[in-house]
Amino acid sequence: MELAISLILIFMILGALYALHAKDLLSAVIACGIVGYGLVICFLLLKAPDLAIVQIVVETITLVIMVAVVLDSTKEEKFLKPDNQGFINIVTAAVFMVVIFYFLRLAAVNMPGLGEGSLRMAKYYIEGAADKTGSANLVTGVVFDFRGYDTLGEGTVLVTAVLGVLTILRIKGKK
Amino acid sequence: MTVYLLCFALFMVGLYGIITMRNLVKIVISLSIMEFSIFLFLALIGYIDGGSAPIVDPSAPDKIYVDPLPQAMVLTAIVIGLATTAMLMSVIIRIYRKYKTLDIREIKNLRG
Amino acid sequence: MKGMTLIVKKTTQLIAGIVFLYGIYVIIHGHLTPGGGFAGGVIVAGSFILLILANGSDFLNLTKEETGITIIENMSIMIVLLIALAGMIIGTRVFFHNWLPKGDVGELISAGVIPLYNIFIGFEVAASMLTIFLALVIFKEEITK
Repeated sequence: MELAISLILIFMILGALYALHAKDLLSAVIACGIVGYGLVICFLLLKAPDLAIVQIVVETITLVIMVAVVLDSTKEEKFLKPDNQGFINIVTAAVFMVVIFYFLRLAAVNMPGLGEGSLRMAKYYIEGAADKTGSANLVTGVVFDFRGYDTLGEGTVLVTAVLGVLTILRIKGKK
Repeated sequence: MTVYLLCFALFMVGLYGIITMRNLVKIVISLSIMEFSIFLFLALIGYIDGGSAPIVDPSAPDKIYVDPLPQAMVLTAIVIGLATTAMLMSVIIRIYRKYKTLDIREIKNLRG
Repeated sequence: MKGMTLIVKKTTQLIAGIVFLYGIYVIIHGHLTPGGGFAGGVIVAGSFILLILANGSDFLNLTKEETGITIIENMSIMIVLLIALAGMIIGTRVFFHNWLPKGDVGELISAGVIPLYNIFIGFEVAASMLTIFLALVIFKEEITK
């Protein structure tokens, strides 16, 4: 199990590195799709079918919107050598990476291996959810009954995003 | 343990992309890559060896199930990521119509 | 924008109905099989986006008012809030209380209020996705006119 997920992760990292350094913007968008669809295979290997269904359809719609934006913009020009400002950017990125890696080394001592899991909260949810909510799908029971406020917040975020898009793309002067 | 380090490496690729890239569409793609690495990390924490998908089967009462709580969190986060990306793309359409370029240095020098 | 060739049009005419029916199946059986409100809502929106992309936007009579579809979206999220508030009035004084009777585990009519939540959240997510897509299509038409 660890070997399979590691192989797919290496594939995703190579795809992400290509997406950043592509000359053509359409190739970069398609390489972003590689990362998304590789994530679907990882979700299926981790026994999470709800997440796989949501991720596959959401990734398709994201790719359609991105291609619609990229098709009538310019293609990228040739990549110039990094000048002063670009050099400062790369040094800043390296400093951030070193700092976050240092904190990862401090936290990695307490992390369990893959598959052991801390069963304190999981035992309560798995044993109680089928009787208390009455639904056979545990994830739906957790999302709508134990964690109802998060779902309400998500509905609010969706409505606000639609209002934002309608305001930004408004044509002045109706007929 | 290697799986967690590889997830972290994907997060670093996204962070490098946001800080150094000059094209606006590539900045949005890097943000999306960072979000994907966090979804994978959250789903990895809840995995239990020998477990099966969290759908209760009434005829076999002694089965081990995978932890459903991180999966509920990632379900909410995926849809919110889609809403954020759609709104960023609409802002990019407006910027391209006004300045006719997608490079952040030239937009900073033009400044309408 | 113009539509696509004849083969694409005929294929989407055959497939779009099946995709729509599959989306409704995923929404309604959200408490028995994997899926639920969010996945089913995006699938239903996907079937409409497929039809619009294949036939071109000349077939729709695009006006610039958005009253029709935003009414469906806003009414759905209001009904979700009203069902959650009704739990506070009936029974104990708890927000989000599951106030319909719970049947046996595994039947279609079970689990209290959860199937109603699934249906209305499915409407809301489908309407949101379709509104975002239609706003992009109308904007592109206005530019190239």
